[in-house]
Amino acid sequence: MSAIPSTRPDKAAPVTATMDGNTAAAYVAYRVNEVCAIYPITPSSTMAELADEWAAAGIPNIWGGVPVVQEMQSEGGAAGTVHGALQSGALTTTFTSSQGLLLMLPNMFKIAGELTPTVFHVAARAVATQALSIFGDHSDVMATRASGFAMLSSASVQEAHDLALIAQAATLKSRVPFMHFFDGFRTSHELNKLTLIADPDIRAMIRDDHVRAHRARALTPERPVMRGTAHNPDTFFQAREAANPFYAATPIIVERAMARFKALTGRGYRLFEYHGPADAESVIVLLGSAAEVARDTAQFLKGALGVLQVRLYRPFSVQHFLAALPASVRAIAVLDRTKEPGATGEPLYLDVITTLAQALASGERATMPRVIGGRYGLSSKEFTPAMAKAVFEELAKQAPRNGFTIGINDDVSGTSLAYDPSFDIEPDSVIRAVFYGLGSDGTVGANKNSVKILAEDDDRFAQGYFVYDSHKSGAQTVSHLRFGPEPIQAPYLIAQASFVACHQFAFLDRVDVLSLAGTGATFLLNCPYSAEEAWSHLPRSVQQEIIDKQLRLYVIDASQVARDTGLGGLINTVLQSCFFAISGVLPRDEAIQRIKHMIEKTYGRKGAGVVEKNYAAVDHTLEHLHEVTVPATATSLLERPPIVPASAPAFVRDFTAIVMAGRGDGLPVSAMPVDGTFPLGTAAWEKRNIADSVPIWDQELCIQCGQCSIACPHSVIRARFFEAERLTDAAPATFKAAPVNARGYPDSRFTLQIYVEECTGCGICVEVCPAISASVPDQKAINMAAKAPVLEAERENIVFFETLPVNDRALVDFANVRGVQFLEPLFEFSGACAGCGETPYLRLLSQLFGDRLQIANATGCSSIYGGNLPVTPWTTNRDGRGPAWSNSLFEDNAEFGLGFRLAADMHGALAARLLRQLAPQLGEALVEAILSAPQIRESDIATQRQRVAELRRRLASMGEAPLVLDLLSVIDHLLRRSIWLVGGDGWAYDIDYGGLDHVMASGRDVNVLVLDTEVYSNTGGQASKATPIGAVAKFAAAGKRTARKDLGLQTIAYGNVYVAQVAIGANPQHTLLAFREAEAWPGPSLILAYSHCIAHGFDLRFGMRQQDLATASGYWPLFRFNPAMRSVGEAPFRLDSPRPHIPMQDYAYNELRYRSLASSRPAEAAELLATAQASVMEKYRQYETLARRDGSRFQPDAPAIKG
Amino acid sequence: MLALGADSSPEASSYFPSAAAYNAGPDGYLDLIVRARAALEIPVIASLNGSTVVGWVDHAGLIQEAGASALELNIYRVASGAAVTGPEAESDCVDLVRAVRARITIPLAVKLHPHFSAFGALARNLHQVGADGLVLFNRLYQPDIDLVRLRWYNDVALSTAQDIRLGLLWLSVLSGRTPRLSLAAGTGVEDAPEVIRYLLAGADAVMTTASLLRHGPDHLSGMLARLREWLEARKFSSVAAIQGLLRDTHPDAEAHQRHAYVDSLIGYRGPYVPGDVGASTRLAGLV
Repeated sequence: MSAIPSTRPDKAAPVTATMDGNTAAAYVAYRVNEVCAIYPITPSSTMAELADEWAAAGIPNIWGGVPVVQEMQSEGGAAGTVHGALQSGALTTTFTSSQGLLLMLPNMFKIAGELTPTVFHVAARAVATQALSIFGDHSDVMATRASGFAMLSSASVQEAHDLALIAQAATLKSRVPFMHFFDGFRTSHELNKLTLIADPDIRAMIRDDHVRAHRARALTPERPVMRGTAHNPDTFFQAREAANPFYAATPIIVERAMARFKALTGRGYRLFEYHGPADAESVIVLLGSAAEVARDTAQFLKGALGVLQVRLYRPFSVQHFLAALPASVRAIAVLDRTKEPGATGEPLYLDVITTLAQALASGERATMPRVIGGRYGLSSKEFTPAMAKAVFEELAKQAPRNGFTIGINDDVSGTSLAYDPSFDIEPDSVIRAVFYGLGSDGTVGANKNSVKILAEDDDRFAQGYFVYDSHKSGAQTVSHLRFGPEPIQAPYLIAQASFVACHQFAFLDRVDVLSLAGTGATFLLNCPYSAEEAWSHLPRSVQQEIIDKQLRLYVIDASQVARDTGLGGLINTVLQSCFFAISGVLPRDEAIQRIKHMIEKTYGRKGAGVVEKNYAAVDHTLEHLHEVTVPATATSLLERPPIVPASAPAFVRDFTAIVMAGRGDGLPVSAMPVDGTFPLGTAAWEKRNIADSVPIWDQELCIQCGQCSIACPHSVIRARFFEAERLTDAAPATFKAAPVNARGYPDSRFTLQIYVEECTGCGICVEVCPAISASVPDQKAINMAAKAPVLEAERENIVFFETLPVNDRALVDFANVRGVQFLEPLFEFSGACAGCGETPYLRLLSQLFGDRLQIANATGCSSIYGGNLPVTPWTTNRDGRGPAWSNSLFEDNAEFGLGFRLAADMHGALAARLLRQLAPQLGEALVEAILSAPQIRESDIATQRQRVAELRRRLASMGEAPLVLDLLSVIDHLLRRSIWLVGGDGWAYDIDYGGLDHVMASGRDVNVLVLDTEVYSNTGGQASKATPIGAVAKFAAAGKRTARKDLGLQTIAYGNVYVAQVAIGANPQHTLLAFREAEAWPGPSLILAYSHCIAHGFDLRFGMRQQDLATASGYWPLFRFNPAMRSVGEAPFRLDSPRPHIPMQDYAYNELRYRSLASSRPAEAAELLATAQASVMEKYRQYETLARRDGSRFQPDAPAIKG
Repeated sequence: MLALGADSSPEASSYFPSAAAYNAGPDGYLDLIVRARAALEIPVIASLNGSTVVGWVDHAGLIQEAGASALELNIYRVASGAAVTGPEAESDCVDLVRAVRARITIPLAVKLHPHFSAFGALARNLHQVGADGLVLFNRLYQPDIDLVRLRWYNDVALSTAQDIRLGLLWLSVLSGRTPRLSLAAGTGVEDAPEVIRYLLAGADAVMTTASLLRHGPDHLSGMLARLREWLEARKFSSVAAIQGLLRDTHPDAEAHQRHAYVDSLIGYRGPYVPGDVGASTRLAGLV
């Protein structure tokens, strides 16, 4: 557990620590509160997680009590709980970001209106607009500035720690609630060294009389009052103005709290902190981490340049602002990290303008400086010294631009300022190191460790910031580490590194890893070749860059060293040792001692054996680390291959490939879609090649059952049948095929093509393959083997495979798994975790209904691997048809999807009406056929498509009459649209449960697919109401104590909703049946799909087996409630899996989420397991009872609403 | 496994609460010792499983500090390397015991498998470097082969009462021959009869796991009651009265054991094929 707040009575010796901004803020927030109402949202989740863990571990607050930490169903719920706890007198806090903050907004108005002291700690993040972004800017906090909350801004990790306390002290005194915010990711996730506030100082800042006063205002029946009344026009306005004196007093209260804080800790802050000469002429006004950048740049540039950093933004103290701003200033640039479309300027700019204008009007100031406003840093866009310099330069111009942008190239509206990216202000005393690694190779973890260990020295400061790509498998990470003798206040990425490490040799082909290397830097390359051979294996451009920048090149075969020393695939210790040895961060011998010390500290708990192995790895590393003599010229014949081939579509070449190459920052505004609309089918161009081993098909053994194909999470196993005569000489020699093993196809061949470049190597296909060799041990019809030897051949095979015709859907049996393998997936090659349990369902959905599918996708894993740039796995068929996909929010997806249905119903009816009106011209027979067509089976759909095509032809000959044009505008709706609402359990069980319930009660024809991982997977495994009893999850660190919600049973209660619970690994045939029945049911449908997940803690290769065990144990019974069964006199509830026949433990204890509790709290785990087992048995009995009921024993089914 | 997926995504630096790591691994075992000592009045003997000197010897010290009354050092090593000689395998065991002894002061028992060429000398050597007792025996993990799937079949096959004979043999031979070396027997103890047999052969202590796994913890009290019944029926005043009663006291145990072996073969009467006199005849011919 990281950074547990501890009681440290000794305030004489300041204690330093290295932590991120979230931890720094939560450390204080937890200590000074009694109740935390929480909900996860990136990038604030860590604060809530820490609070929950500290509470689970019994860590007390400064009053000796352990705070109550309560996870809620949404941020709206958290805010309500906060409000209630405050009204009842508890010191209460919450942590949030972005949409979460917006969901809290109604309560924020209430809390402020009632003058209730609290501090909300916010990791500021972009609000989703044309796209979602998890990254940092101020659009969320600025959207709440009318709420009445005071707004206090921190610019660094130290400030996030200190101002968290100052905010708490000030809110208690002023009664005005505070929002304490800092930059999402840049501050929330930056590791930096800070001085911790000693407990006595925390205690001294929080006055007991203020706490008691807060309690005294609480609701109590002993002295009853009422709040939350309703007013009429006669009194509301005056009441709204009654609190003004409290706001007027707040700036002084904050100022005094800051002064008191300084007296206690020595660290001083001001409401508006001016940095620069007293006679500055040009000043930048801004808030947040960028203030550090602007300040240091101004100091570097020397001259009459100043920076005014805003800390208390609301209430905005005109008096303090004017006092802080030098009278000499002639030009001011106000920088906002948010955008307010259509406004005369962004919020801070408007405040500065107003303040200065009022001062001028009142005579307080004699002149009005020129004030320009600009936007920077949206969604964590870098704000660098080079950009700050450009802003100062703009200010110096005769006619500086207002409404400018900095950091992008706006070639559409011409707002952007030019800047020189090579401008650098960092002193040589700072060692700057950049590491390229994989998420899975431990690079980031090792670097976090390095930062923490090296910053332990009194005379060294360190900073770590980590950049990830958006894939959940094979993700590339870039670590930016700084070490120096002074505190490091450089909240921007390293541009001129003195040390660059590339931990994956394959990156050299894809990424310009040396672009960040400064002249004379050291380059460490993990390289499978010897020091003698290495040079010749480098791409020419890499060689040239090494020569041009005069880099020192070191190589090591880290994988070999790790294997030799028994560390297996863990290369992080080896490469970390190299960094210590050659980066110059410490003298070499001392560095080696330090890394051994670090190993002992890190691995000591895992036993001395692990320590010994790592020690050996360090020693072995130094023997195998070699410097390469760099030749004078680049001689390599290897060129870096293009990111995408020339045959890629223009958008992929001109946009997607740029982003894939890590050069998206350079894309101009004109390259962007104006409204967030993107084409499909881009994942196929990525060719990530992340797997070392891939499945190899054995056509002799294969029984062509389709199990591998339906289980594959990444859609890399493609089956086709084709006429034997197509196997001409054009077929590559290694192309495999076998006679179709069903009767009646003597001249047909079956093939299974593995898309090896897209495979993640998860191995699920091998585990589900039922065909076993009778003579070769462990041989199946599909087996994992090294990719490298087959890569070239398989590329050719894929080219040939794609020349084979896509199987005619009319010839495929949709009713069984064997048939479905021939349906083209329109969801392919997602960046989901290797072995993901969700994606097989989405692939199946796309195979069955993809060409008429419209998806409302709730925010979560599926929206990230489904729609996070640079690519999307959703794609089109050869006719250009495919799933139309959109993500609205996390909290509204059910309603969003219902909107799809309502529009489709409306436009379907409009099309029918127009069709009838035009029937005389179009032909009555065609019109009648279209309007009366059954559209359930695939053959029905195919026939209707032909009719609609004929209709289009006829309409084309009818000119441009309004009715014709109108009909053409809605003609798509004559084909029955398959509308699916997709999301995880966090969406369905928690945050949008109310919406989902309402949609289920609407009677409308929508289909809901819940990808049920039983936790909030995307944000890191927090408990949802789907989390089972006894499982450990974040926010349930001591094991969940309540049963999983039976959403299926709740929904069945409506009587007219199709409900199925499926597990594709337990019974894929059942899953297939449920999908088809749900789609065919003309009312609402709900499918709960068991989705194994990385957050369950087991090797996902065995994911399908775990699903099977879940069903075998009775934990996850398979069932279908089909209201349509009533019409044929059948019982609507079918229990489709057998009675529990293995103990719950045999399923559950394969997973760390259950097992870890058995290690940490064995007695409680045993008790919870017994309860879980009893619950499973009882649940099954309930279902058996339902299965015995005939249709009359369920809620009667009213007719579905017709569009 | 706790680190699965960690530090790979901007949204999730991990997928488990860090508290989930508490007490997992060695720390959890130490905690168990602490809790067991607190809950029990009887001595708590900890067990430490290892095979080489490197790596985990320090843990023995931690176990002692956690309050264990004694330590069973379980040396599990299948010396399968062709380069490892019998004497080397034995001296490795001795080195290991010496290393552990150097870290702890509590009684130390050593659990070994029986597949050493001269167990008597090994037992003596182990005793000399600090082993206070031996636990007879470790059963090597013995996988089976699944003929359908053509793969090794890994499972735990619990010992049965049929498995006590090897232990009986070595107990009877070792018992009393190395003074102050305590001997515990621990294979195939299903119920009181096996306890009695081991005691008669010379065991100082008898251990059972399989029977408790089969029948649950309450089985222990039944077993003790049946032991008591037997002792009373035979008028033995205590366990001590039968302990080592049937140990091999022959001055030349080796010759004595071989003689017993020959007797057993000669006396063999095949259980199957009535009327076939071949089995015993053939066996008699062999000897």
